[in-house]
Amino acid sequence: MLALERVGKTYPNGVHALLRAISGLDTPSQGRVLLDGEPVMAPHEKIGVIFQEPRLLPWLSVAGNVGFGLEDRPKTERHARVAEALARVGLSEKAGGWPRELSGGQAQRVAIARALVPRPQVLLLDEPFSALDAFTRVDLQDHLLDLWTDLRPTLILVTHDVDEAIVLADRIMVMRPRPGRIFEEIEADLPRPRDRQSAAFDHVKRRVLAALDRSLARPVRVDDSETKTSAGAALWW
Amino acid sequence: MSVVQMSVAVEQTQTNQKQQPNLWSRLARPALGLLVPLALACGWELAVRAGLSNGRLVPPPSRIYVEFAELARSGELLRHVIATLLRVAVGFGLGTAVGTVLGAIAGYSSLLRRLLDPSLQGLRAVPSIAWIPLFILWLGIFETSKVALIAVGVFFPIYLGVMGAVLSVDRKIVEVGRAFRLTGFAMVRRILLPAVLPAYVIALRSGLGLGWMFVIAAEFMGASEGLGYLLIDGQQLGKPAEIVAAILAFAVLGKITDWIVAVIAVPFLRWEDRFSAHAGEG
Repeated sequence: MLALERVGKTYPNGVHALLRAISGLDTPSQGRVLLDGEPVMAPHEKIGVIFQEPRLLPWLSVAGNVGFGLEDRPKTERHARVAEALARVGLSEKAGGWPRELSGGQAQRVAIARALVPRPQVLLLDEPFSALDAFTRVDLQDHLLDLWTDLRPTLILVTHDVDEAIVLADRIMVMRPRPGRIFEEIEADLPRPRDRQSAAFDHVKRRVLAALDRSLARPVRVDDSETKTSAGAALWW
Repeated sequence: MSVVQMSVAVEQTQTNQKQQPNLWSRLARPALGLLVPLALACGWELAVRAGLSNGRLVPPPSRIYVEFAELARSGELLRHVIATLLRVAVGFGLGTAVGTVLGAIAGYSSLLRRLLDPSLQGLRAVPSIAWIPLFILWLGIFETSKVALIAVGVFFPIYLGVMGAVLSVDRKIVEVGRAFRLTGFAMVRRILLPAVLPAYVIALRSGLGLGWMFVIAAEFMGASEGLGYLLIDGQQLGKPAEIVAAILAFAVLGKITDWIVAVIAVPFLRWEDRFSAHAGEG
C-alpha cells in the first residue's frame, strides 16, 4: 500500500518530481511518502525504478547488470534469479555480452529485468518507453505486463502516450502543469489483455484526451459527453 | 543445389576474406611503422661507410650497436638501468598514491576541492624543474631529492586526471547506484571506481611519461649512476654513441613500462565502447 500525503516539490515538471519523491531519490519539500505506513526518506528496497534511459552499467555484463540489486544474496540464488529474469525478457543468449552490444529495446528490457529481480512491491517507471520506436514500444508494453503478472507489484508509470497509459494502467491520473497537480482520475477497468483496437479502449481514450484538454484549460476538442451517462457507457461497452 | 547451400557457401567465402586481412594486419601493419627509421638508419650507415661523413658526431648504427653491446656486456648498462628504474618506480609510486588520494578527495567533496584545488593549480603552474634547487637544499643531493622531483612530476597529471574523472561521472549512473541503496564505500566500489577507471589509466600513463621525463632532469642534477648520468658522461667525454645508446635505452624502457600499464588495464576495460576497437579492424 502506497500513500502520498500532499507531496510537494518545486521542480520544472511536476510529474517527474512526484516520481522522484516516491522513489526516495529526492526528498519532497513538504508532505510525506508512506509505504505500508512507513515514511520513504531514501531509496527503498521495496521500490524499484525504471528510468527513461536504460542506464545500464557499461562495465558489467548483461547478467551482471540484471543481478546488480542482488549483491547481498548467495551466488547460486543470484545466478538462478538472473538466468530466470533474462529468460523471461528473452535475452538469455545475451547474458555474457556487454550492454553496448544491445539495441535500445533490448537494453530497456535488461533495465526492466534489473528492476524486477529484487522483487519490489512498487515499480516506478519514468517514461520508460518514450525513447523507443513504435513497434518496440508496443512489444515492451506487452513484455512489462507479462512480467507484472508474476509478482503484481504496484506500477506507477509516467507517460505522455495516452495509448500506453490505457494499455497498462487501471487508474489514470491526468496532471495539470504549473503548478503540477493531479487534475483528474480516470478508471480504466478494461479486461486484460487489452485490445488496442476495441471500442471500449477507444472510449477510455476519448475520456483521457478530454481530461487532458480540460487540464490545459483548452476548449474540449474530443466530445466525451455522450459517454458520461451510464446508458452511453453501456452503449460503448 | 539448394538456396541454403548457396548461402552457406557465400558465408564461408566471407569469413575467409575476413581472416586474410586480419593476418596481414597483425604482422605487416606494425612493421610498416619500422620502415622509416630503418631506412634512415641504413641510409646513414651507407653514407658513413661510403666516406660521405666521418660519423664522429652522428655515429652510424653499427657504432651505436657496438657501444650498446659493450655497455651491456660489461654490466654497466644494467647497473644504470636499474638505478634509473628504481628512481622512476619509487617516484611514480609516490606521485600516484598522493595524486590519486588528493584527486579523489577533490573530486568527491566540493568543499575540499575549493580548499585544495586553487593551491595545487598554482603549484602546477610552476615548472617542476624549478623545484630542483629547493629540493637539493631540503633533501640533499642524493636519492631523496631525485625521487621527490619525479613524484612531483607524476603527481599533477594523476591528480588532475582523477579529479576530472570523478567530477565527470555520469549523474544518471550514480542515480542507479542510489536507487539500489548504495552509499559510502559500496557506491565508490561498485559505481565510482569502475566509472573513473578508463580516465585513471590514461592519467597513469601520462604520469608515467612525465616520470621518465623528470628522471633525466633529476639525474642531470648530479648522479653517479643512472641513464641520465650516462648521457652527461657521454657529453663530457665526447662519446655521442654512448649518448645515443642511453637515449635508446630510455626509449625502450619508457615504451615497455607504458605497455605494461596498458596491458594490465586491458582486462578491466574490456567493456569500453571504443572507437579504436572498431576502427582497428577495418
